[in-house]
Amino acid sequence: MTLEAVKLAAADNLWSAILPELILGCLALFLLVLELLLPKKHHGVIPDVASAGVLGTLVWVLANFSPAVLGSTTFSGLLHHSVAGQVMRVFFLLCALLVFLLARVSLAKQAMPRIEFYHILLVVTAAAMLLAQSHHFVMLFVALETLTIGLYILVSYYRTSSASLEAGLKYLVMGALSSGFLLFGIVMLYGVAGNPALMAHTAAAMNYGELARFLAANPHNFIASLGIVFVLAGVAFKIGAFPFQIWIPDVYQGAPTPVTAFLGVASKAAGFAVLLGLCGANGAFVAYNWLVTPVLTAMAAATIIFGNIAALTQHNVKRLIGLSGVSHAGFLLLGVVATAAAPMATGAVYFYLFAYLLASFAVFGVMAHVAGADDADQELDHYAGLAKENPFLAAVLAVGLGSLAGIPPLAGFMGKLFVFIAAFQAGARWLLVIAAAGVVVSIYYYFGWIKTAFFETWVPSADAAPARPARTPVGVVAGVALGALALASIALGFYPGPLGQWLTMR
Amino acid sequence: MSQLTLDPLLLAIVTPLALALLIALGLPKRWSVRLAYVAFAVPLLMALHTWWYFAAAPPVDGYVFLTRYSTGLDGVGIGLKLGLNGLSMPLFVLAGIVGFAAGLFAIQSQAERLKIYLMLLLIMQGGLMGVFASVDVFFLYFFHELALIPTFIMVGVWGGRDRSYAAMKMTIYLTAGAMISLVGLIALYVKSGANSFDLIALRSHLAAHPLGATVQNNIFGLLTFGFGILVSLWPLHTWAPLGYGAAPSSAAMLHAGVLKKFGLYGLIQVALPLLPAGLAHWAHPLAWLAVIGNILVVGFITIAQRDLKQMIGYSSVMHMGYGFLGLAAGSVLGVGGVVLFLVAHGLSVALLFLLATSVHHRTHTFALDEMGGLAVKAPVLAAFFVTATFASIGLPGFANFWGELTIFVALWSFSPLITALAVGGVILSAIYGLRSAARVFFGPATERFAEIAGKHAIVDLRWGEKIPALVLLAALLLVGFWPKSLTESINAALTPAAQTVAKQQTAGNANPR
Repeated sequence: MTLEAVKLAAADNLWSAILPELILGCLALFLLVLELLLPKKHHGVIPDVASAGVLGTLVWVLANFSPAVLGSTTFSGLLHHSVAGQVMRVFFLLCALLVFLLARVSLAKQAMPRIEFYHILLVVTAAAMLLAQSHHFVMLFVALETLTIGLYILVSYYRTSSASLEAGLKYLVMGALSSGFLLFGIVMLYGVAGNPALMAHTAAAMNYGELARFLAANPHNFIASLGIVFVLAGVAFKIGAFPFQIWIPDVYQGAPTPVTAFLGVASKAAGFAVLLGLCGANGAFVAYNWLVTPVLTAMAAATIIFGNIAALTQHNVKRLIGLSGVSHAGFLLLGVVATAAAPMATGAVYFYLFAYLLASFAVFGVMAHVAGADDADQELDHYAGLAKENPFLAAVLAVGLGSLAGIPPLAGFMGKLFVFIAAFQAGARWLLVIAAAGVVVSIYYYFGWIKTAFFETWVPSADAAPARPARTPVGVVAGVALGALALASIALGFYPGPLGQWLTMR
Repeated sequence: MSQLTLDPLLLAIVTPLALALLIALGLPKRWSVRLAYVAFAVPLLMALHTWWYFAAAPPVDGYVFLTRYSTGLDGVGIGLKLGLNGLSMPLFVLAGIVGFAAGLFAIQSQAERLKIYLMLLLIMQGGLMGVFASVDVFFLYFFHELALIPTFIMVGVWGGRDRSYAAMKMTIYLTAGAMISLVGLIALYVKSGANSFDLIALRSHLAAHPLGATVQNNIFGLLTFGFGILVSLWPLHTWAPLGYGAAPSSAAMLHAGVLKKFGLYGLIQVALPLLPAGLAHWAHPLAWLAVIGNILVVGFITIAQRDLKQMIGYSSVMHMGYGFLGLAAGSVLGVGGVVLFLVAHGLSVALLFLLATSVHHRTHTFALDEMGGLAVKAPVLAAFFVTATFASIGLPGFANFWGELTIFVALWSFSPLITALAVGGVILSAIYGLRSAARVFFGPATERFAEIAGKHAIVDLRWGEKIPALVLLAALLLVGFWPKSLTESINAALTPAAQTVAKQQTAGNANPR
C-alpha cells in the first residue's frame, strides 16, 4: 500500500467521533497513574475520579446527542454512527456508573486491590460502546474480545475465592469456544463473499454494507448460511440464549456481584446491539431473514422456556437472577425476531433494555447490601425479614423484581407490552403464547423472592446452619441511587412519554 | 346545575394515589390517618357527583366527562382517556362507595403497621377508580393491575391462615388471567388495524371494518378465559375462596366487591361491542360452564363450607356465574341486568366480608361449628348480618333482586333449561346463606363460644363498624327501591351493541354451524 493510500484512509479517521471511548481509555490509564503517584491513604479518591469521569462522559454524550457524524461511517467503514449507537453509549455509561456504585459496596467487604477493578471496567465499557457502533467484522471481533478478555479478569477478580476462580475458568473456556464459533462464521462469510465466481463478490466482505450487498445477490448460498448460523451462535453465547446459556448460573454465582450485574445487563445488551446490527431492520443479514427468523424464533422459544423453568428451583439469588436473565434474553429475542416485519420492534427492544437496566440494577444494588463476605453465598433465605429490618431495601427490591416480572405500572411491563405488540404485528403468535406463559411461570420465582423478603421472618437456627451474613447499612449515595432507580422504574411505567415515544416511534 | 371545573374522574383517581405517594415518602402516621379520611371521601364524592350529573351532562361519543391526557405514547395509540358511559358509571359509583366503606373500616381496624396498610389500600382505591373511568383499553388493563398488586402484599403480610400460600396462588392465577387477556387485547389492537387502544376509536373503526368471524371468535375466547380467571370462572376459581379467606377484611371487601367485577366489566365494555360474532360463538359453552360449574357445583361446595369467610368467598364465586349467564344472553335486558347485578353483588359481598370480620372480632374464630347465639350479645350485628344475607340471596327490596330477576328474564329467551337450573341455584344460596346466619347468631351457644364469651366481654357493633356498614346497606336499598337511577343509563349505553349481537345470534341460528 502506498503512502498516499494510507493517508487517504487516515483522512477518514475522525478521532473526535469516538471521543467518549477515548476519554474512558485515558481515564483508565489515568487511574493507574494516580495509584502510582498518590500516597496510599488517598487511594480512596480514585473510585470517585472514575465515577466522576464516567458521569462527565455521560453528560457529554447526552449534550452532544446528535453529532455531525451521525448517519455516516468513519475509520474506513469500521464504525457506523447512528442514533442506536448513541443510545447504547448512554446505556453502557449508565451501566458503568451503576457498577461502580455496586463496587463500592461489594469490594469494601473484600481484602482486594481496588483500582484495577475500575481500570478494567472502564476499558470494558469503552469496548462495549465501540462494539455497539461497529460496522465491520474486524471491529466487531476486536471490540468483542476486548470486552470478553476484560470480563475474564473481572469474573475471577476475587482470586482468594474458589467460586470466583472456577467461574472465571468456566467463562474463559466457554468464551473461547464462542469466539471460535464467531470467528469461524466470519471466515466462512468472508471466504464465500470473496469467491470471484459468485455475483457481487467483494474483497471487503468484512464490511457490513458490502456483505449485505453480496448476501442480497446470493440469497440462498449454503456456505453463507452456515457462516450466518455460526455468527449467531457466537452472539448467542454473549446474550445467554439457548443452547449457549449453560455457563450462566455458575459464572453469575462465582463472579463478584458488580461483575455479575455488568455481565447480566451490559454484556447482554452488547450482544443485542450486535444482533440488531446484524439481523435488525437494516442489518447485514437482512437478505437471509428466511434463515435468521426461524433460527432466532426457535432460539427465543427455547430460551424463554429454559430460563423460566430452570430458575424455578434455584435457591441462590445470583443463580436465580442469572437464569431469569436468560428468560429476558428470550423476550428480547422475541423483539429481534419481530424486527423483520414490525417497524416498532427495534425501539421496543431498546425500551426493554432500558427498563431491564433500571430493574436489574435496583435488584443487584439490594443484593450487594444483603451479601456478606462470601460473595458467592447469597441464599434466598438470607432475605427473610428484610422488610421489617430494612423497609427501604425491601421496597427497592420489590419494585425491581416487579419490573423484571413485567407487572404494571412498572417500566418492565411497558417493555414487555411493546415487544409483545411488535411480535404480534410480525405474526409470531406461537412465540407470543410461549412468552406469555413464561411470564406467568416467572411470577413464581420473582414473587417467591418478594415473599421471602416481606412475608417470612428469619429464624436463627441453633445448630450447624451458618448464620446469615450481616447486612450492610445503606449509604447516602447508594440510597439515593437505589431510590432513583426504583422511582425511574415507576415513573417510566406511568409516563413512558419521551423515552417511549422516541424509542418506539423511530 | 354546576359542573366542577376540575376533572372529577382524574381527581378521584389521583387523590388516593397522591396520598399513597406522600405516605411512601414518609408522612407521619397521625397525618396519614387524618388525610386518609379525605382521600377515601374524595372518590366517593366524585362518584356521587358523576352519578347525579350523569343524565344531564351532554354525551360525546356516548361518554360524558370525557377528557384526554397524553402519556407520550400517542404514536402507538395509547393515551389516558377518561370518561364514563352508562356501563361504567354504575361501577364507578360502586368503587367509590365500597372504597369509602373499606377505607373507613381499615382506618379504625388497628391493623399492624397501619400506615403501610392504608397506603396499599389507597393505591388499590386509585386503581379501581381508574379502571372504570378509563376509555382507553390499555389503561383499563393498567389500572386493574395497579389495583391488583397491593392485594397480593396485603394478603401476604396482613392475611390470616395460609396467607403465604394464598398470596402466591392468587398471584399466579391472576397473572395467568391477566396475561391471557393481555394477549387478547394485543390481538384486538393489531387485528383491528385502528392503531389505537381507545375504545371509541376502536368502536368506530370496527364498525366500518368488522373483523372476520374466526378472528372474532379467537379473540373473544382469549378475552373470555383471561378475564374469566379474574372473575373466578369455574374451574379456574380456586384462588378466590382461598385468597378471600386469607385476605384482611378491607382488601377482601375491595377485591371481591369491586376489583373482581373488572373481568365481566371488560367483557361487556370491550368484547361485547367490538366482537359481537365472538359472543354468539361462545355464548352456549360459556353459559353451560357458568350454570353447571359456578352455580351448581360451587353452590354445593359452598353449602359444605365450615369457615364463614371461605363460605362468603365461595358464594361470591357462585354469584359470578349469574354474571356470565346474563352476558351469554346477550340482550339489552341480560347485559344490563349483569351491570346492575355487579353493583348489587359488590355492595352486598363487601358488606358480608365487613360483618364477617366484625363477627371474628367477637368470636375469635371463623369456624361455623364453634359459634352460636351471638345475636343475644350483639343484636345490631345480627340484624345487619341477616339483612346482608337477604340481600345476597336476592330478596326483593335489595338491588340484587333486580339484577338476578332481569338476568333470569333475559335468559329465558336464550335457553329455558339453563334458566331453570340457574333459578335452582338461588335455592342453594338461600340454604347456605340462611344456615350460616342461623349458625352464627341463633340457637344455643356452643361450649367453645361460651368459653370465649366468658373471657372477653362481647360488645355490639361499634360506630367504626356501623358507619361503613350503613353506607353499604343504604346504597343497596337505594338501588333496590330506585333501580331506575342506574338502569336508564345502562340501557342507553347498551342498545346499539346488543342489537348487533342479536343480529349475529339470529344469523347464527338461521345458519347452523
